[in-house]
Amino acid sequence: MTSRTTETVEPGEIVLWDARHDSHDRIATRTFGFWLYMLSDAMIFAALFTVYAILGHNYAGGPTAAQILHPGRALIETLVVFTSVLAFGLGMSALKHGNRSAVLNWIAVAFVLGVAFVGLEIQAFAHLANHGIVPQRSAFLSAFYTIVLTHGLHMVFGLLWMAVMAVQVLRDGFTDNVVYRLLNLRIFWHFQAVIWVCVFVFIYL
Amino acid sequence: MLVNLHGPWSPLVGRLALPQIPYDNPLVVGAFFFSLAIAVALAVGVTSAGRWGYLWREWLTTVDHKKIGVMYILVGMVMLFRGFIDAVMIRTQQVMAVGAHSAGHLGALHGYMPPFHFDQVYSAHGAIMIFFAATPILVGLMNIVVPLQIGARDMAYPYLNAVGLWLTVAAAALVMLSLFVGDFSHAGWIGLTPLTELPYSPGVGVDYWLWSVQISSLGTTLGAINLIATIIKMRAPGMRWSRLPIFSWTSLSANIIAVTTFPVLTAALLLLTLDRYLGTHFFTAGMGGNLMLYTNLFWVWGHPEVYFLVLPAFGALSEIIPTFSGKPLFGYATMVLASFGIAGISWTTWLHHFFTMGAGPSINTFFSLATMTVGIFTGVKVFNWAFTMYRGRLRFDTPMLWAMAAVFLLLPGGLTGLMVAMVPADYQVHNSVFLVAHFHNMIAVIAFAALGAISYWFPKVFGFKLDEPLGKRVFWYWVAGSLMVFVPMYLLGFMGMTRRLDYVSHPSWLPLLVLEEVGIGLYCIAAYYQVKQLYVSVRDRHVNRVGADAWGMARSMEWMTHSPVPFYNFAVTPRVHARDEWAWRREQGLTSLHPDGFQDIHMPKNTAVPLILGGLSCALGFGLVWRIWWLSAVSLAAIMGTVIARAFEKDTDYVISAVELERLDAGHAASSPEPQTVGIVAGGGLASRQAPSSRHPGD
Repeated sequence: MTSRTTETVEPGEIVLWDARHDSHDRIATRTFGFWLYMLSDAMIFAALFTVYAILGHNYAGGPTAAQILHPGRALIETLVVFTSVLAFGLGMSALKHGNRSAVLNWIAVAFVLGVAFVGLEIQAFAHLANHGIVPQRSAFLSAFYTIVLTHGLHMVFGLLWMAVMAVQVLRDGFTDNVVYRLLNLRIFWHFQAVIWVCVFVFIYL
Repeated sequence: MLVNLHGPWSPLVGRLALPQIPYDNPLVVGAFFFSLAIAVALAVGVTSAGRWGYLWREWLTTVDHKKIGVMYILVGMVMLFRGFIDAVMIRTQQVMAVGAHSAGHLGALHGYMPPFHFDQVYSAHGAIMIFFAATPILVGLMNIVVPLQIGARDMAYPYLNAVGLWLTVAAAALVMLSLFVGDFSHAGWIGLTPLTELPYSPGVGVDYWLWSVQISSLGTTLGAINLIATIIKMRAPGMRWSRLPIFSWTSLSANIIAVTTFPVLTAALLLLTLDRYLGTHFFTAGMGGNLMLYTNLFWVWGHPEVYFLVLPAFGALSEIIPTFSGKPLFGYATMVLASFGIAGISWTTWLHHFFTMGAGPSINTFFSLATMTVGIFTGVKVFNWAFTMYRGRLRFDTPMLWAMAAVFLLLPGGLTGLMVAMVPADYQVHNSVFLVAHFHNMIAVIAFAALGAISYWFPKVFGFKLDEPLGKRVFWYWVAGSLMVFVPMYLLGFMGMTRRLDYVSHPSWLPLLVLEEVGIGLYCIAAYYQVKQLYVSVRDRHVNRVGADAWGMARSMEWMTHSPVPFYNFAVTPRVHARDEWAWRREQGLTSLHPDGFQDIHMPKNTAVPLILGGLSCALGFGLVWRIWWLSAVSLAAIMGTVIARAFEKDTDYVISAVELERLDAGHAASSPEPQTVGIVAGGGLASRQAPSSRHPGD
């Protein structure tokens, strides 16, 4: 039946109500929505990077980017966050095989590496703050701290999410709810690595 | 880490102290007792009717998209009234404070409001009308109509939908609190920098504005994600993109705007928050801050927001006009393209709000041309509506009156928009009331379309029509009020009157200001009849009872289920065969609403979690406004705890068995009159043909 006809149809030959069509694919619907959320989150970072592009050279007589940013150290952080994402990805490939213990182990590895990343970041900021290099010093420092800390806050949120998911995998196994949350967490975690690449390239390099 | 504040602060109540309650201001005290009286009356009413349990089960904890939509609209209407009172106050101040000899009352030199109070009133008016009236009303309409139009049982994420609602309610509650505890922002609804920075606005007003807007825009972002996912993932079988109803198309384009631009607002407000709370230097006047950066970021959201509001309004017009013209919509494909053209161009027009920034001729020219392009897309729509009506069988029910008036208003609104899109012309009228008249003219288009849409879809949701004679009276008072207020305002703008004046220095402007005051009086009469209309309609609901197709000539799928719509929407999912499915079925004589082959269906369970999250968000906002750190920390921890606890909840759905469903549906069918077709309506099959025909299949 197409919309192009105006001819009368045989009522007996046409399906008006479709009882089989009731449930939608829950996992696909949920992950799709999460992609949209990631789009909105990306817009927040886009705005923050724009702010950095505009304020990044407004040192107001304070320290400059070259004086306080160390690409070598940031490269280590980059490798840590990449490895964490890789570990989580391996966990998701274990999910395909329904291997619960492998999923949990890889999440644990990703979690530890994520904690290591956050630890490195806290250490770096404590070092800066001890030298009086604080966000209140200049517009450049405000923008720098905000962008890196917003990313860091996302990392902490992801770690919390991982902890919750570990408990849910243990308790429920791979139900629809658990699976779509794990897949969303993978998107989220991967996204943090993408943002970190932008931070590394645009700010540290 | 935190900035040093002047004035008292205590760990227990933060900056809150007794003098912060404006009990010495008779206007605020009056408003307080008015609100209190309404609240008490409502509480007594619900208690005496013994309806608390009903309220809790059926409304406060619901995840049903129709009820959530109704509550969105209800919140929007209440806030519309609040914003309207602000408008009355603004107009009254301006008509009283004209010339050096005008009298002053209540501590004001001229008029009855001192500048600081007046500034709060117009800031609150703008913020409320955009964030808490227009946005919730249109989001509510999309919530109600979109799932029904596409043949879905609910939104893609019913629980998230309720979260979005209660975040909006929490933010609205915060705005209302600012009236009685502390004050509201005096820096305009857009938050003029660096006036919003702490040294120039040390009070809590700007913080109230920041947090209420922040919370509500979070709710809108979540709602936008939900609507996009619903339209893309939940369409009934057979509903290809070429058959998607136009209101759903415009909702899709509008929400794509929302999901990409509301986060920019979130970021801009976040940075301003950091400036005010931590002493950073994003938008400060010194230390490398850039105050125009805020203005840019704000309008990167702000202008697309206009189209976020106007696109669903256009969608509603595109549903109402064909229905009451007895013809398919003219130019369906161009209508879709124009909607997405407007959505696409909306990202590249923001700078026209501040051509006077002096970005240079090339930049100004780019944004000027981009803005004018909007006029082309909108023109396509206007011609499509006109050709839809051309040789149609027009019926002038209230929704059609609103729709036609909206199209008429679009003409001056759009043309003045093109005027101010020209840079040299904009330099002349920048920040004048000509501009204010222009955007109010456009907001009036949105309001007319929204009110038309409410009267159009009201019988679908509640099963009875709003009273027609009173509806028409409301309509004519709105038309008269709009003309009376905004035509003089256009003229005053040409005479050079600037916006936001608490004192008008030119006595020669008085006659036009008096006319505006008369216009606002006409709006007051309209408001009275609006309340009366609702009362009379509910009282006489048995007289105005309607069947599935309330207007007898509707075209799309939302009219293919009972009125009021059962909580499961469609007992059995419809299969779609034509663009205007219901018109097509009517043409084919397939109007039976008794489906066969009932099957078990899954429905989401009610939950109090969204309501709790809303309450906690309100507490969080209050704590942050008054810098009560313990309250903020506790609320934030409770929010996170609640979200995590909800993630462990397994018992979120239930099943309605086929037998039970059949019984329920038979009950709805018995209480709902059979659909009746009024006159002869051109069929849905014609909808896909480019050339509309005035001949009817039966002729």
